[in-house]
Amino acid sequence: MTPLELLEVADLACERGGRAVFRDVSFRVARGQALVVEGPNGSGKTSLLRLLAGLLAPADGTISLCGSGARVEDREERGRFVGWLGHQDGVKPQLTAREVLRFFAQLYGGSSESIAALLELVGLSRAADLPCQYLSAGQKKRLALARLKLCGRPLWLLDEPLASLDAQGKSLLLGLLGEYLAKGGVAVIATHDPIGLDAARLQLA
Amino acid sequence: MSAFAALLARDIRLATRAGGSAMLALAFFAAVAALVPFGIGSEPKLLARVAAGVIWIAAVLANLLALDRLFQADYEDGSLDLLALSPLSFEGVAVAKVASHWLTTGLPLTVLSPLLALLLHLPIAAYGALLVSLLIGTPAISAIGGVAAALTLSIRRGGLLLPLLVLPLLTPVVIFGAGAILAKLDGIENGAIWLLAAFSAAAVLLSPFVAAVALRLNLSE
Amino acid sequence: MFSYANPKRFMELSGHILPWLAALTAILFIAGLYLSFAAPPDYQQGDTVRIMFVHVPAAWVAMMAYGFMALASLVGLVNRHPLADVAARQAAPLGALFTALALITGSLWGRPMWGTYWQWDGRLTSFLLLLFLYLGYIALWNAIENDVRAAKAAAILALVGVVNLPIIEFSVQWWTTLHQGESIIRKDGPSISAVFLWPLFVMATAYTVLFFTLLIVRMRTDILDRRARAAVLGANA
Repeated sequence: MTPLELLEVADLACERGGRAVFRDVSFRVARGQALVVEGPNGSGKTSLLRLLAGLLAPADGTISLCGSGARVEDREERGRFVGWLGHQDGVKPQLTAREVLRFFAQLYGGSSESIAALLELVGLSRAADLPCQYLSAGQKKRLALARLKLCGRPLWLLDEPLASLDAQGKSLLLGLLGEYLAKGGVAVIATHDPIGLDAARLQLA
Repeated sequence: MSAFAALLARDIRLATRAGGSAMLALAFFAAVAALVPFGIGSEPKLLARVAAGVIWIAAVLANLLALDRLFQADYEDGSLDLLALSPLSFEGVAVAKVASHWLTTGLPLTVLSPLLALLLHLPIAAYGALLVSLLIGTPAISAIGGVAAALTLSIRRGGLLLPLLVLPLLTPVVIFGAGAILAKLDGIENGAIWLLAAFSAAAVLLSPFVAAVALRLNLSE
Repeated sequence: MFSYANPKRFMELSGHILPWLAALTAILFIAGLYLSFAAPPDYQQGDTVRIMFVHVPAAWVAMMAYGFMALASLVGLVNRHPLADVAARQAAPLGALFTALALITGSLWGRPMWGTYWQWDGRLTSFLLLLFLYLGYIALWNAIENDVRAAKAAAILALVGVVNLPIIEFSVQWWTTLHQGESIIRKDGPSISAVFLWPLFVMATAYTVLFFTLLIVRMRTDILDRRARAAVLGANA
């Protein structure tokens, strides 16, 4: 993964259903840094992440990814840089954990070799060949974390990553994040709960 | 394995696992066709005349079964977001999904159709026309159905709306598909199979672009 | 709401024109009906030919309305003009109504000839399918909760429909020749004589003006509805 130099957001405004959600949001997150986005329900945390990912179009403002001398602003192009961990885990109940990771490895062009090691890391080695419908919510979240690491993208966008995770899961998440940021990754995390991460904070609403 | 092949393989796997749509569609297809004699009588000459149309209608209805979930399932569990962020374009996603739908519904239906033709007393001479017309026509059903599925993916119970949207658009397929078989039965050349092929080709080629527009729309509003 | 600056102008303009349009509609209908009854009876169909003056214009407007809906949809998609979406949405029930009218009058017209109230005649069958296309469009608008999404999804559907419509008509025509091409209610018969042309033309104009009058009324109601809703919800403009 080629790290980003900078994520730059200027005068961003978001509208959903004809109503303004937020306005004049600007920030910069540099290589190796994280930003924690806080705010009450409905303040637009998820919308902000979807805007950053290019899944949503802004009502105003610009979002740019800068790296290796190039500047990417186009929505669909930006999406190719994003590692996404949303509210839903994107895990199909009929597939096994191993199959899920293998699918994402092929879809995102990551390497399939590391799958066994990843499953071990997130504590799913034993459950690896069970259909995901038998996994608990916490286990599915950990599988999603494994997927995130597998895809190797330079910008991580995490929406309420602590939901469903127990204390062990939380330390797993922080461990993965720490390792990722140390390698030069950029992360934006939306959360209610204190995440215990040494990072800049953005308050919405 | 490319991103496209990965999605195609995954969807085929999902459709063919227990509780998947492939078996369901086949069973429905057979059930509808088998129901007909109870409604109109079992006299062989009568059945022979309606067999082509009945099989075609049953095929269209069976294809519609799994369509409403085609994109909706991925939309609801967050997979569609992940697909949108993958190297695969929306057009690629649409093609992979429609192709997997045809491979797990349309194609098996076509293979099963001679058995139903037997039950409905379709003359043997028309079996070839039956297979060819279904083989060429079912991709169009998957393609046009895919567009409707993409448009309705955000609607809960969208499955009720989908047939209303799709059936008028599929009229040409049924007309030409059944018409091709009837031509063989009556021993005339009516060009139906060529018209069907043209319609099917156009539908299959153009629908991924329309479906992609609908997917983008539904993700970003 | 936020992007509804233009409707003010539309509301003012339409408020001025509407009474004139309504008056024009009334005049055209009076003239058209008079001409329809003044026209001589057809040597074949007798007096029942007069149903043609009600049926044919309804059919024309039914088709024109779909074309209008598709055009408005295209403008809405490309230009994102909110009035275009309103126009398309409000045109649909009107189009459906005219289609139903065409079907009913077509059925009545055919009864003396066929002996039954329905035949799978090429024209009538096409209109039946057109009715389904309208109903599907209306249903899609109503089923999607998000207004912006609904507008765009319906627009896509309308455009798919308008492209498919000629193909559907062609296939239906082809199909009627397959199963004994019967005597059909042809839009204009073997050749339409001049004495029928004037009533037809006037009635067609009357129907068209009626359509646009009703459309403007519906659009105004739609805009007023949204304003009322926005006022109640206290949305920030």
